[in-house]
Order: sequence, then structure tokens, then C-alpha cells
Amino acid sequence: MFLCMIPTIRIGNSMPEIFQYEFMNRAIVASVLVGVTAPAIGMFLVLRRLSLIADTLSHVAFAGVAVALITKSFTPIVAFIATATAAVSIEELRVRRLLPGDAALAVFLYGALALAVVLISAFDGFNSTIFSYLFGSVMSVSSTDLWWMGMLALVITLFLFMFRFELTQITFDSDLAKTNGVRVHMLNLSLAILTAGTITVSMRVVGVLLVGALIVIPVLVSIRVVKGLSLTLLVSSVIGVFVAVFGMVISFYADLAPGGSVVLIAISLLIIVEIGALIKKRIFGSSQLMHSSDHTHAHEFHAHGANGSATDDPHSHR
Amino acid sequence: MNHNSKSKPIEVDVESFPRPEKIPIRFDETWFAYDSMPVVRDINFSIMPGEFAAILGPNGSGKTTLMKLALGLLKPSSGRVLLFGESSENFKDWHRIGYVPQRIQTAEHRFPASVREIVQFGAYSGFRFFSLLKHKHKENSRVDDAMELAGILELADRRVSDISAGQQQRMLIARALVRRPDLLVMDEPVAGVDAAGEDQFHSMVRRLNRDLGITIVMVSHDIGAVMREATTCACINQDIVFHGPVHQLDANALSTLYGFPVDVLMHDPDHTHR
Repeated sequence: MFLCMIPTIRIGNSMPEIFQYEFMNRAIVASVLVGVTAPAIGMFLVLRRLSLIADTLSHVAFAGVAVALITKSFTPIVAFIATATAAVSIEELRVRRLLPGDAALAVFLYGALALAVVLISAFDGFNSTIFSYLFGSVMSVSSTDLWWMGMLALVITLFLFMFRFELTQITFDSDLAKTNGVRVHMLNLSLAILTAGTITVSMRVVGVLLVGALIVIPVLVSIRVVKGLSLTLLVSSVIGVFVAVFGMVISFYADLAPGGSVVLIAISLLIIVEIGALIKKRIFGSSQLMHSSDHTHAHEFHAHGANGSATDDPHSHR
Repeated sequence: MNHNSKSKPIEVDVESFPRPEKIPIRFDETWFAYDSMPVVRDINFSIMPGEFAAILGPNGSGKTTLMKLALGLLKPSSGRVLLFGESSENFKDWHRIGYVPQRIQTAEHRFPASVREIVQFGAYSGFRFFSLLKHKHKENSRVDDAMELAGILELADRRVSDISAGQQQRMLIARALVRRPDLLVMDEPVAGVDAAGEDQFHSMVRRLNRDLGITIVMVSHDIGAVMREATTCACINQDIVFHGPVHQLDANALSTLYGFPVDVLMHDPDHTHR
């Protein structure tokens, strides 16, 4: 249904069918960009229990799309401005404790949705376009879209790489990060703006209703299977790319909605790893329990205990 | 000393008094209020270099708030707090400070970091563009030393969320020690630690203070531990009830602090423990 009316632009016969369509090539490149960036940003949201901010901002992006369609502006720019403004406002409300965090999210989510609904009902005539933004549309990814998606993905990846130590410290404990000299507020605002950018990038592929899932679910899978912050970040992005591309391929051959396919594959993966972890716990649980008991207890502070043997030279530490 | 002060003149040796930049923490007419409800009122005292200072007080007395003011995590409603002579809001030399909070904000999560990664945070010395690639490996030996000192070297590769509350406290202490701080601020560091672990913890902190000369500030509920371990004590219940050498802390001050009669039984009357 979703792909039956595709333009049949063939660019070669020796390649698999999926790569013979220019729009599918663009869609797969877009999936890779989204798959890398969405879970990477998501890790810093999920670990701080801010997963729902993605959902809220995607609804704000939807309101931005409605405004752009009415004013005939470049949709991604308007959606990004709306989302970034909301992201910064939510962060400021949270920090200044003017509203509890979840209440601020609710106000923006319902406010944006209400605005979008009112605008769409007031200005009729672009229902099919709105539908493509709601659920994602592989055909709507143009070359221009790919360029700005690529630029934004590059900025997000560079920012996460450069500030990964600072961001992980804030994620662990913002007070500790502050007393470590990390500029917490500035980085939180930057992260909020880049979250807005990620949502703007992702909504073309999976749609505003499902973009939150691509930000959150690959991170949940990654947290379950690996240990270590950098590795979790890397594996989240790898899983993101896998589910986005695989979902796109499935949707092409099975003629399904791409956004829904991507998210369902991500959720299936999460269920598989959770069941795997449960089985592992059942089988190895008791032996792990024996090994993981506090066997360091006997060494607690005694290895270099009250006798001070290890620090006879005070300069050994200082 | 605010309590039991006598009227006889105090002789001050001006030469021996440390310069402001040497004083780890100074509260100067510090007030703090949440929504116009004062939590900390007119606090005036200093924590001197090399002290083991305990902050004692009942629940809700403003102890944690006082520590957050000291660390610049909260801004005083009026007055000021100086860290090594610098306003805590503008303080930059964070490598001189180690902080061990009451609990970590992400304690209940399935947090993916290993113990080593968290301890490694202590080696952070600000954003350095050109050291981005070698940042992680630079301080490995210092990280190992700190983990060994805190007795958690064998937990290095465990996930933070898989270790006990007591082990998490030791991890935070190791993280603070990596910084090689001049001042170590701890907010109820033995909450959730069993009696044996508590004893081991105190012997470690005693060594940090005596052997390494680190100034210690410890918020505590444990009067016994404070009397045994600390050199000075500040009792606060929104305002200062007592500040002075710990051996001068008596039943009167404690009764005023807690609002009911408190007896002090001294097992170590000469305070020979320290």
C-alpha cells in the first residue's frame, strides 16, 4: 500500500532491486544518518530518565511542520526552530524549578499537538503531506533533505565525540560534574538543541509519532548487552543503524509503512535481548551470585588499612 | 567557638593565622532560603587547613544545604561562601576539591558505566581539545592507586548499578581521591555501609587527614564517630549552635542542637584516639 505508487526510476539492472530505485538509495542513506544520531543522543536522555522529552519534542516538531506548510517555508528549518525553542524552554523550566520536569513535558506536548490540530483543521489541503510527516515517508526524502540531514548528523556526532567525557559526567550526577568543573548548564542547553536537531532529522524517516522510539529503544538494547559508557554509545548507534536500515528493507519488500517497520524491529530486538538476559539469569544466576558476592569485603580498606603501610610516604598519593 | 565562650580576652597570633587563599572554606554571614523559608541562617565560621571538621545536626537542619553552598551548587540568598579565598560561585580550581555526595543521582538506574569509568571522572581537568584522544589513558595509574586506596580495585570492571550502596560510596571516595584534593567534602558518606565497613571507612579517612594532610569536611549523624574522628565540629540547626574543637562539644550543646536532653558518655576522655 505504502510503496505501490512509487516512481520506478531504475538506475541499473545488476544491483538488487532495492538499490535500483533512487528514492530507496536516499532513504537508506537517511536511515543510516538517523540510526547513528538518534540513539547516540538518546543515551544521554534515557540514562537521565528524560526519554519522554523525545516524544514531546517530536510533537512540537509536528506543530512546526504545520506552520511551515501553511507559511510555505522550508519545513525542516521551521520544525528545527520550533523544536529547539521548546527544548531550551523545557530545560530552563526544569533547572529553575518553575515546573516539575514531567509537567513541563506534558504542557509542551499537548500544547504543540493542539496547535498542530488547530492549524491543520483551519488550513485544509495538505493532508497527504501531513500524513508523510506523521508516519514517515521514504519517498519524500529529497537530495536537499539528505544534505542538511548529513550536515546536522555531522554536527551532532562531532559534539558528542568532543564532549563525551563532560556529557557522561553530567548523566551520572550533575552535582558531581559541577564540582569537577564541567559547565553543566551550557552543555545541557547544547544537548537540548541537538536533541531538537535529531528529531528534525529523524522525522522524515520514521515520522514524528515514532521518532521517540528510535531515540530510546536501541539504547535500552545496548544497555542490556554491553558494559561501559563509550561502548554503550557505540553499540546504541550500531543497533540504531541496523534497525533503521533493516526496517527500511523490510518495508520495501513487504510493502509496509517504514516508520512502523523500523520501530517494530527495534522492539523485537529489545524483547529478544530481555528474554535472553532472563534465560541467562535463570541458568547462570546462582553461580553468578556466588561470584558476585562482596568478595572484596575482606580487602576493604585493609589492603592499605590503618597500618598505613602503603602510604608511609605521603607523597605516594599526593 | 560560639558555645561556652568565656569573657577573657583571646590572644591571636596574627603571623600564624592562614592567609585567606589558604583557608579551605569560609562562611561569611551566609543565609539561604527555599521559597523565602530560611534553611540556613547567618552562618559564620571557617574550616582551616588540615582540619577534620564534622558537621552535625538533626534531619532537615540544613547540613546538606550548607555543603552545597560551600561547593557552589547553591547560591547564598545573602552573605558569601569562600573556597580557598575565592567566592564559591566563581571558583575555578575544582581539582583542589573532592566531593562525595550522600547518594548518586543515577543510583537506581541500570547505569552502564563500569566502576573504573566513574573513578576516572575524578581525573577530569577541564575540556582540552587536543587531548581528546589520549584523555582516557593518561591517568590510569592514578585511578588504580585511588581504587586500591579505597579498596575497590577488584570491582573495577563491575557495572556501577551492580555493586552495593557501600561499594558505591567507596567508588565515589576513590573518584574524589584521584583528584588528589586539598579538601575532601563528604555528605553522610557511611549511609548504607555496615558496621565493619564503617570502621574501615573511618580508618581510611583518618589516614587521608593525618598522613596526607587532606582537609576533611564530613556531614554526619553519628555523634560517636564525630567525637572519635573529627578535630573540630560545627553543630547546626539552621543556625550555628556550636563550633569549636570536638573535645569541647558537651551535653549542653548537643541538647540545644537536638531539642531534648542528651548525655555524653566519654569512653576516651583524653581524646587520645587522635
